[in-house]
Amino acid sequence: MMLPWLLLIPFIGGLLCWQFELIRPNTAMPRWIALFSMVLLLVLALGLWVSGDYSLSQAVGNTPEWQSQFQLPWIDAFGITFHLALDGLSLIMVTLTGFLGILAVVCSWKEIDRRIGFFHLNLLWVIGGVVGVFLAIDLFLFFFFWEMMLVPMYFLIALWGHESEGKSPVSAAIKFFIYTQASGLLMLVSILGLVFMHYTQTGVFSFDYGILRETPITGVMSWVLMLGFFIAFAVKLPVVPLHGWLPDAHAQAPTAGSVDLAGILLKTAAYGLLRFALPLFPETSQAFAPIAMGLGLVGIFYGGVLAFAQTDIKRLIACSSISHMGFVLIGIYSGTLLALQGVILQMVAHAFSAAGLFMISGQLYERLHTRDMRQMGGLFGRLGALPGFALAFVMASLGMPGTGNFIGEFLILFGAFDVAPWVVVIASGGLVLSAVYSLILMHRVYWGPPREKSTIAHLDGREYAMLLGTLVLTIALGLYPQVVLDISQGAMHEVRHWFAVSPSFAG
Amino acid sequence: MNLTLSHLIALLPLLIVCATVIVVMLGIAWRRHHFATATLTTIGLNAALFSLLAVLTVTPIRVSPLLLIDNYAVLYMALILIAGLASTTLAHAYLEGFDDQKEEFYMLLGCSVLGGLTMVGSDHLLSLFFGLELLSVPLYGMAAYAYRTRLSLESGIKYMVLSAAASAFLLFGMALLYAESGSLAFADLGARLTEGGGHASWLLMGIGMMVIAMAFKLSLVPFHLWTADVYEGAPAPVTAFLATVSKIAVFALVMRLFMSAPVTDMASLHTMVAVIAFLSMLVGNLMALRQDNIKRLMGYSSIGHLGYLLTVVAASDDMALLTTGIYLITYVATTLATFGVIALVSSPWQGSDVASLKFYRGLFWRRPYLAAVMTVMMLSLAGIPMTAGFIGKFYVLATGVEAQLWWLVAGVIIGSAISLYYYLRVMVMLYLHPTEEEEYDASSDWGQRAGGIMVILLALAVLVLGVYPQPMIMLVSGASLG
Repeated sequence: MMLPWLLLIPFIGGLLCWQFELIRPNTAMPRWIALFSMVLLLVLALGLWVSGDYSLSQAVGNTPEWQSQFQLPWIDAFGITFHLALDGLSLIMVTLTGFLGILAVVCSWKEIDRRIGFFHLNLLWVIGGVVGVFLAIDLFLFFFFWEMMLVPMYFLIALWGHESEGKSPVSAAIKFFIYTQASGLLMLVSILGLVFMHYTQTGVFSFDYGILRETPITGVMSWVLMLGFFIAFAVKLPVVPLHGWLPDAHAQAPTAGSVDLAGILLKTAAYGLLRFALPLFPETSQAFAPIAMGLGLVGIFYGGVLAFAQTDIKRLIACSSISHMGFVLIGIYSGTLLALQGVILQMVAHAFSAAGLFMISGQLYERLHTRDMRQMGGLFGRLGALPGFALAFVMASLGMPGTGNFIGEFLILFGAFDVAPWVVVIASGGLVLSAVYSLILMHRVYWGPPREKSTIAHLDGREYAMLLGTLVLTIALGLYPQVVLDISQGAMHEVRHWFAVSPSFAG
Repeated sequence: MNLTLSHLIALLPLLIVCATVIVVMLGIAWRRHHFATATLTTIGLNAALFSLLAVLTVTPIRVSPLLLIDNYAVLYMALILIAGLASTTLAHAYLEGFDDQKEEFYMLLGCSVLGGLTMVGSDHLLSLFFGLELLSVPLYGMAAYAYRTRLSLESGIKYMVLSAAASAFLLFGMALLYAESGSLAFADLGARLTEGGGHASWLLMGIGMMVIAMAFKLSLVPFHLWTADVYEGAPAPVTAFLATVSKIAVFALVMRLFMSAPVTDMASLHTMVAVIAFLSMLVGNLMALRQDNIKRLMGYSSIGHLGYLLTVVAASDDMALLTTGIYLITYVATTLATFGVIALVSSPWQGSDVASLKFYRGLFWRRPYLAAVMTVMMLSLAGIPMTAGFIGKFYVLATGVEAQLWWLVAGVIIGSAISLYYYLRVMVMLYLHPTEEEEYDASSDWGQRAGGIMVILLALAVLVLGVYPQPMIMLVSGASLG
């Protein structure tokens, strides 16, 4: 019965923040409420982590192995239920969401100084929507949260965003919204197609993941439906031809928004591919795998080159995310257990390193009032500990051994080698690019001759704690990834099972 | 035929509204009193609404060859009465500051509601025409009610001319059908024409002309040109009325015609409807992109929404009936609340409406709840989950997918993507920093006024139905034809 609480805490917390502001404007109370709800969310998730048993389930069968479930009737006419369920995969994502939620609240402590309550309403509702996406296994409910989380994110970018290169944050927010909503509707049509397909076969309406997974679909229809899902997830991930919204949205979002976007919103797409696109359409996905991997390769290189060319520090980090998500896409579609485990680690590690880098650029912006790297330079030595942290996170992001990112990329490449050796060889080349843009970032911002001699305000306790906490987790993940791998083992095993048995259907 | 008690009960809503109109008229002749007139109208419409409960005990029942009062009719009667009530409430606050005769407005509104009620119950071309005219003619007067302002007068006249043209089409179409079949009742018409013998081309032309007339009333492309001007010029409560009551009545009727008269099975007709639907989705939404006047914007957006809904007519199956009901309920609640907010901000009447988008800038920081209502409405129109609009769009897509009308489904998706842009623009405007320009605001006690309470209730309904649509679905699936 914990599951509804995971969902309700952010929503209720958000409403409280807003109401508090309406009653007593200009207090710091909303921040504390928001922080409290996020801590509560994290604690609950960790409680589930400790109490549950996520080891490899022996019988990978037709019924999914959920750790806990929650089901309420909702719309009977269509067999839609309010069905939440948790397995290792969702637990990792929810825990990550809780942690990044705390970071997002803390890192906007000073940055956001107007309409605090309304800001936290939106922030917490994004978190709530994301938790919903990770828990919902009724496809209607999943879509519900998938679309719902866009609205508060839109507000975060549009109202608290920064101008960049003369463009207002509103246009970036609208671009983000239209991209994701339109692709989401494609997914809705696919969901409906799947449901009606199931209906014609069995005469029963159901949106339930466990039931629809059993619907055999072949031929053109399966391609059309699969592509509907894939495009929706590909926009969010993002996969290269559909990435247009990402640099703008990241660059212009407030720090908390960028942390959430890079840390968890992008991960909802990878989660969706793992949870829905692969198990629902195993055969078609397998046939589609070479194309998806190709797109992943394009993403790795294109993202890297794009990052290299940026002058805005946040755009650079955003473009590097495109490159990192290319690895995730390759890992997902290679379908081996090792690569899938690598995908999970890469997602978690990337969430930490990207969040760290975005927090640092937010802190730089607060001090220098610019994100243009051409106006920085020589900051090492003027900023206290901040450049040191930046160096550590940049190293993490380029996949230095000892950080979680290394383990993630290594597992993906190692696992995919069996299936697609050439893809792996080419993708490995992409690692060079990531070294190049990471070093460029360090070089432009921190090295070189300082512009002035004076020191700039050093990190305060809050900022220090945030960065240190994130860094510790990054390194811990690099040294002992087994904590996460143990939890995801069962779920990934199941994905691999679905993906691997499909040829026997066809044959 | 004999009129028995149950026939009278079935006619109760019509009779009550009729009586209300007469009482209001006599009241005005005796003594002018704005509040009393509005209250009388409200009481009358409420009584008619409650009488529907009694009507439910006798449905389905045929009252004279002209009217068929079934659950379907009762559902849409209820919707029309609620929309009429909402418009009355808004009009009361709005007309407070009006510098001319205020009271006749309620009489016109009552007449128009009566027309709408007749239409949704009509099962015969004669009552169809009668209802349509009774609905439209008072609307000319309502649109031009603030006739001293040029825009309002222009809107009334435009609506009158185009509406009259549409009526001419309708009559001609009906005449052609009659010439072919020798009957004016829907069911009869269908039966005789399927028996064959008729000239297919005359038949097609007759039905086609009727569809054109309906498309005029529903402001579908390419018969939409009047929409934006009329929406902009008419006083806000009238626009609310026009955008809801006339759309419900006409659409409910079109649906009944398509479902009960199998004439409409002709493939070419369905293609024509599908083309109109597709064009409406695209053109309506594209035209709305560049609007800076929120009433014009809503006008174009309504073209798009009716386009989505027309998918249902192209499908014309059992699911289509359900979808029609659900979409109309969600659309009507959303539209009423949107125009409600506009009317509240423009109340009391100051010469013209506060419709330019720039006046809504920063509304959230002055009237947080009112802006929150508007936000919910924009999200609902855009079809975002947690609002009723999403359920409506979901049903439309489901109908489209079920009937395998793929290109209409594609149209809905493209239209929604385009429409997001302008809905979001309105929405974000409410939250941006207020500028130093002249500000218009709803009076600070708007939340305690009837109009304010109604708008908040509608917003709550939109949210609740968006999260838990089960009651609405049960209600609509009970409203079967015949």
